Amino acid sequence: MRSVHRRAFLGAATGVSAALLTGCGTTATSRTAASGTPRRGGRLRVAFAGGGGQETLDPHLSNLFVEASRSKALFDKLADYGPDLSVRPRLAERWEPDPALTTWRVTLRQAAFHDGRPVRAADVLYSFARIADPRRAFRARAGLAVIDLPGSRAVDDRTVEFRLRHPYAEFPNLLAAFGVFVVPDGAEDFTRPVGSGPFIFTSFQPGRSLLLRRNPDHWDGAPYVDELQYLTANEESARIGALLGGQVDYAHDVTPTTARAYQDDARVRITRLPGSGMQAFAMKLDRPPFDDPRLREAMVLLADRRGLVDSVLAGHGQVGNDLFGKGYQHYAAGIPQRAHDPERARWLVRKAGAEGLKVRLDTSAAAGGFVESATVFAGQLRRAGLAAEIVMGDKDTYWTDVLDKGTLCCFRSGAMPIESHFAQRLLTTSTTNITKWRRPEFDALYAKAVSLADPGARGRVYAEMQRMQHAEGGYLVWGFADWLIAARPGLQGIAVSPANTLDWARFDKVWLA
Amino acid sequence: MIMHGYVVRRLSLGLAQIVLVTALVFALTEALPGDAAVVLAGDAPDPGRVARLRHELGLTGSAAERYTGWLLGVLRGDLGTSMIAGRPVAAFIAESGPPTAQLAAITLLLLVPLAVAGGVAAAVRPGRALDRVISGTSVALYAVPEFALAIVLGAVFALRLGWLPPTAIGAGGDLLADPAVLVLPVLVLLARPICSISRLVRGGMIDALGSGYAAHARRLGLAPRRVRWAHALPNAVTPAVQQLARTTDWLLGGVITVEAVFVVPGLGSALTGAVAARDVPVILALALLFAATTVTVNLLADIAAYRLAPRSDGAG
Repeated sequence: MRSVHRRAFLGAATGVSAALLTGCGTTATSRTAASGTPRRGGRLRVAFAGGGGQETLDPHLSNLFVEASRSKALFDKLADYGPDLSVRPRLAERWEPDPALTTWRVTLRQAAFHDGRPVRAADVLYSFARIADPRRAFRARAGLAVIDLPGSRAVDDRTVEFRLRHPYAEFPNLLAAFGVFVVPDGAEDFTRPVGSGPFIFTSFQPGRSLLLRRNPDHWDGAPYVDELQYLTANEESARIGALLGGQVDYAHDVTPTTARAYQDDARVRITRLPGSGMQAFAMKLDRPPFDDPRLREAMVLLADRRGLVDSVLAGHGQVGNDLFGKGYQHYAAGIPQRAHDPERARWLVRKAGAEGLKVRLDTSAAAGGFVESATVFAGQLRRAGLAAEIVMGDKDTYWTDVLDKGTLCCFRSGAMPIESHFAQRLLTTSTTNITKWRRPEFDALYAKAVSLADPGARGRVYAEMQRMQHAEGGYLVWGFADWLIAARPGLQGIAVSPANTLDWARFDKVWLA
Repeated sequence: MIMHGYVVRRLSLGLAQIVLVTALVFALTEALPGDAAVVLAGDAPDPGRVARLRHELGLTGSAAERYTGWLLGVLRGDLGTSMIAGRPVAAFIAESGPPTAQLAAITLLLLVPLAVAGGVAAAVRPGRALDRVISGTSVALYAVPEFALAIVLGAVFALRLGWLPPTAIGAGGDLLADPAVLVLPVLVLLARPICSISRLVRGGMIDALGSGYAAHARRLGLAPRRVRWAHALPNAVTPAVQQLARTTDWLLGGVITVEAVFVVPGLGSALTGAVAARDVPVILALALLFAATTVTVNLLADIAAYRLAPRSDGAG
């Protein structure tokens, strides 16, 4: 059985990041084949891999793709990510920092929960305090640590003043971070959730079906469809089967193989969401063999990136340049693309005295394409005279298993701002620093960047940090996978925006033609 | 009297077996890499967060303490609550039980007459065309793994021909409300046991029809039909009854595959989800249910075999 994506997590942002507010909330996302004018009505049925009977509707517990999508249907965040991972205002109408960047005043727009109560500053403060509760383990908690919540306050019903522990120019990113949804003050029971989102709760059977109805009064405009039903199918073959059989209108997350098989089928339209998943091999830099810079360089030169994208992603993606966030705001596009140079790599291996070196490559079915990419890369390593050995791990516990153990492993990440990637994975204090990149000068650059109010100046520091990563970092980023969505041709208005962003898996702006 | 002692002996053995199965399943769950906290942490495995999750989920006690606690709860009639969802485990079983029970019941209802008819038909003239067709088909079908069969049947009858729904997605708890979704899952579940049981019936029938008492009955002038159904068959089905019990065990495993492929929200899906989430109370409750079903069905089968053909000791 294939359930590769069953526990496919988002690699979501719990950190903090860049972006200046541009004023209004309209995004310029391209939408596929938006033929004709939107039509009102109908029930939209969408199929996702789910979490079985263990699923909950508590938005702060969101972990899986389906949970993220449901949460955004029922709830709103203060801000969210645009297609380039810059921040867009949502429930927040605007925000202004003080000159020191330690006090941020957030003004809420006029919005209401499904039971008619207005969204107030108290609801925002309650939601943030709930996530940051030190006795609990919400995913977004670590990111909110910069906020001095006891020192923050409601100025009036529509104004929140956040006090921070240190200057932080990327504060708006926190408002858009994964799972930071605004719930009503005091909400603890989410069996019949009340949010402010575009859809209202109707009924829920965990692991099977969630039925929602249109919120006619949503502040961002009411949805086109009358009802939205989330259905669970963990097997990819079942999701595509249900779509072909007319049982659902939208199947989230199909494989490149499926996309190719049905590209000419009139019953299906495949939407590609480029830039959704970074695909990499992570080398640990604090231990042999990759504490030797020659071997680290040999690895990045040995990877045939085009070959990996063509075989593992069936061409549905772009090659990577050992940097996170291709196409996102602040990405260092000016750094030359790494070339495939097996000859120089072999010379480096010889120089390091590592011919015949045994390289252990950890992989598992934790994410689509992992096992395939390990197989292809191991072949590339063997041709260079290294004894690559693939070790299959448990898919459910993979991320914890590879965090501290091993030397080389398959790695992926969902979309998040580049600065969040730095904060979560590349600082000496980062809790998920899988490449063990610990550089005081890199930490200092980070601290400098987030204390700069000017986004251009901040961008220059981020570029310098990316040059360091490219030259010496432990991430061999070989590609960026397109996220693949299969839908009935009658479903119109699907946005092209990476997974994890506002317009991904969003159903209030689509319609059934 | 002999029968009574036998049942009591088997019942107490069965209870011990059930407890042993849950202990074994618990030990195996403990042996799986990671725990519910690690799974929940997913791709954000901040060690501090994993520790807090472990504390929140009550995973701090020793394995022996946790298992004993669970067992004592069960003896009081309390199956506990899901570690992850916080819902009572009984609710999981109440939701997932009916679809699986419906699948299994319909499969068994069709299986018995079809397998017996097929076996008898093949045995009437062994080696002739009908026997060769039935035997050949059943051996070939038996060799197909149910996962492959499920995919192929779905591709042909649902996706290409469009005769049947490809999955039971959205069907809810009562599959009988939309019987079309049951057809493909039941076909897949029937495929292998129908082969094995009809083969056993065929073999038993050939032996029985060739036996002295069948020949004697024919010499007495009894109609061949009567000899076949009233005299040969009861003896021929004895091994088949025990095989039917094994089939019930097999069905419990087969539903895991079939439920995943056809999106049936039954016990198999619940078990797969619980194992992936390391939701130990749910895993143990399902193990308890599966073990109790297996033990009961086998006990009933052995008693039935004992009654059908008292000379066998029924303990196979």
